[in-house]
Amino acid sequence: MPAFVCCYIVVVAKTLIDKLWDEHLVADLGDGGSLLYIDRIFLHERTGSVALKELAAAGRRVRNPEQVFCTMDHIVDTFPGRGDTTRVPGGTDFITQTRAAARAAGITLFDIGGDDQGIVHVVSPEQGIALPGVSLVCPDSHTCTLGGLGALAWGIGSTEAEHALATKTLVVRKPRNMRVRFDGRLAPGVTAKDMILALIGAHTAGGGVGYAIEFAGEAVRSLPVEARLTLCNMGVEFGAWTVVVPPDDTTFEYVRGRPYAPRGETWDRAVERWRALRSDDDARFDAEISLDCAHLAPQVTWGTSPQHEAGIDGVVPDPAGQADANRRRSMERALEYMGLQPGTRLRGLPIQAAFIGSCTNSRLSDLRAAAAILQGRKVASGVRAICVPGSTRVKRAAEQEGIDRIFREAGFEWRESGCSMCFYAGGESFGFEERVVSSTNRNFENRQGPRTRTHLASPATVAASAIAGHLADVRQLAR
Amino acid sequence: MEKFTRITAVAAPLLRINIDTDAIIPSREMKTVGKTGLAAGLFANWRYRTPGSRDEAPDFVLNREPYRHARILLAGANFGCGSSREHAVWALHEWGIRAIIAPSFGAIFAGNCVRNGILPVVLDNAVVEDLARQVEGDASSPPLTVDLVERTVTAPDGARHAFAINDTDREMLLEGLDGIAHTLKRDDAILAFQAQDRLRRPWIYL
Ligand code: SF4
Repeated sequence: MPAFVCCYIVVVAKTLIDKLWDEHLVADLGDGGSLLYIDRIFLHERTGSVALKELAAAGRRVRNPEQVFCTMDHIVDTFPGRGDTTRVPGGTDFITQTRAAARAAGITLFDIGGDDQGIVHVVSPEQGIALPGVSLVCPDSHTCTLGGLGALAWGIGSTEAEHALATKTLVVRKPRNMRVRFDGRLAPGVTAKDMILALIGAHTAGGGVGYAIEFAGEAVRSLPVEARLTLCNMGVEFGAWTVVVPPDDTTFEYVRGRPYAPRGETWDRAVERWRALRSDDDARFDAEISLDCAHLAPQVTWGTSPQHEAGIDGVVPDPAGQADANRRRSMERALEYMGLQPGTRLRGLPIQAAFIGSCTNSRLSDLRAAAAILQGRKVASGVRAICVPGSTRVKRAAEQEGIDRIFREAGFEWRESGCSMCFYAGGESFGFEERVVSSTNRNFENRQGPRTRTHLASPATVAASAIAGHLADVRQLAR
Repeated sequence: MEKFTRITAVAAPLLRINIDTDAIIPSREMKTVGKTGLAAGLFANWRYRTPGSRDEAPDFVLNREPYRHARILLAGANFGCGSSREHAVWALHEWGIRAIIAPSFGAIFAGNCVRNGILPVVLDNAVVEDLARQVEGDASSPPLTVDLVERTVTAPDGARHAFAINDTDREMLLEGLDGIAHTLKRDDAILAFQAQDRLRRPWIYL
């Protein structure tokens, strides 16, 4: 033994995810498990209703109802003048039971007809419920959207939602750390949607399984907040546990003044704390990948997984060229479902419908980008085109700017806010084997309708394709 | 929650990759605010000839003998990706599935399984494919054994494959634990965290 003992303080370099994790750590449960404090909980009428109902049935209470919010988006329809009736079988029960359960639990409900109703992941940043550094969960897989603000946000099941409601915590195992660097600056006509599709295309829909991922790099830093939300929205389509963008001045400017955001002196304290939410320079990641964005073209999917995608100037690939047997079979199956042949050019593929909406791409900036393409033009004959703003606030703001008129005059339906034909909200679907270009996030079999063939793309690409009547390169239409 | 310790049962092979929860239980099959009445909608788009019908597609694996009695599912990578809908797990459970063996799972789906008495087992793709070959090769489809106590899967040919599972999930399944009651044993720690956090981050507390 030495005659004297020195004390060392070992400063371990941390990633942003590590910091967010530690900030919410209530207890280390051993074996990699953590009890994490949950700041905010968001529910919607489809999966949240079950959680509220089961919780009440078990005789349990919501611990901090003032931190719990609920919206109506998944079952409610999006026709003008809508109410509690919907074409979803049993749908009215979801709506009325959610309303009753929310009232009984004393949580805040953004109800049908209210000023603040909208798609859950559009409403929560818009209201300042999601903030940098908060932990936020929702029984909905696209909760990772809110990583775009620097929140630790992830999707859970209904049973976990009950747990979070009753205890204000969740038992979580810490995922591994990954950093994805998006390098370079986007060319005109190329968007955050194209970045995330390209990432999934390059690294597969399972590329992020087991990871919490930080999105970094010049292309991310230069994105406005709404585009960062789009980028993070599809983190779950990459298989990630969640994704997060380090908050910066762009984020703080976005958050300032929102209804649930801090104010006055508390605001200054919050921002000071949020500035520390970045990975230390020497932080180590379990995996790092990068993507060149400077030469990225607008992307579009051709198959039934977001990994089945290519540049708009590309062709439908040939499964025969795929060495991995599982991926080859999945490609073959996708081509059969989509009614496509290898080698077919994507640009020029005739479509029957176009959809702009969903938590991926229905914010004001998305509608503006589409309107810029649509202005003074008409949707091709034979194409059914629908626009569903992401929230009632987005809808009203767009109407103030005259965006609704541009959409309508081009031939688009202009709807009330909700999830709509992103999946089956309101009980609506696209037609059998109809080919749809869509600003949503899932091109799964039957997602948008029975045997409906979905091509995912950015709102600008959807708008350009609606006008052309086929998948189109927005760069050729941009003014 | 139903406990899981060990089962020996017929395993149905469904080795597609990226089977999503929309495929496991389509939206239009989720008709009530509850966890039951979902088995008929399981894999509805594949199991029935036309959407919404109950006219069985004879080729689909779960419509064939002996797989109609399967309690184990063999699946491709990223099984249960997509929507967080726990109805996917409730539908599988109600239909009779108790264990799913795949090279990887969607994260939310795997968590939902553990909370509903279904064991998600991760094994290498090559092993899953080998198991599928063995249960397909013989008309009587020899059963598999999945043992959570030993953390092994025993193939019809006798080979034993060890799998990893974290202690929390294992205990939850073995004991059929109520997660909320378990966590509330630490209520003091939660309250202490909140009290401190109110000072650190007052803007969180609306
Ligand atoms: S818009 Fe689509 S993806 Fe987003 S929450 Fe609604 S159903 Fe889910």
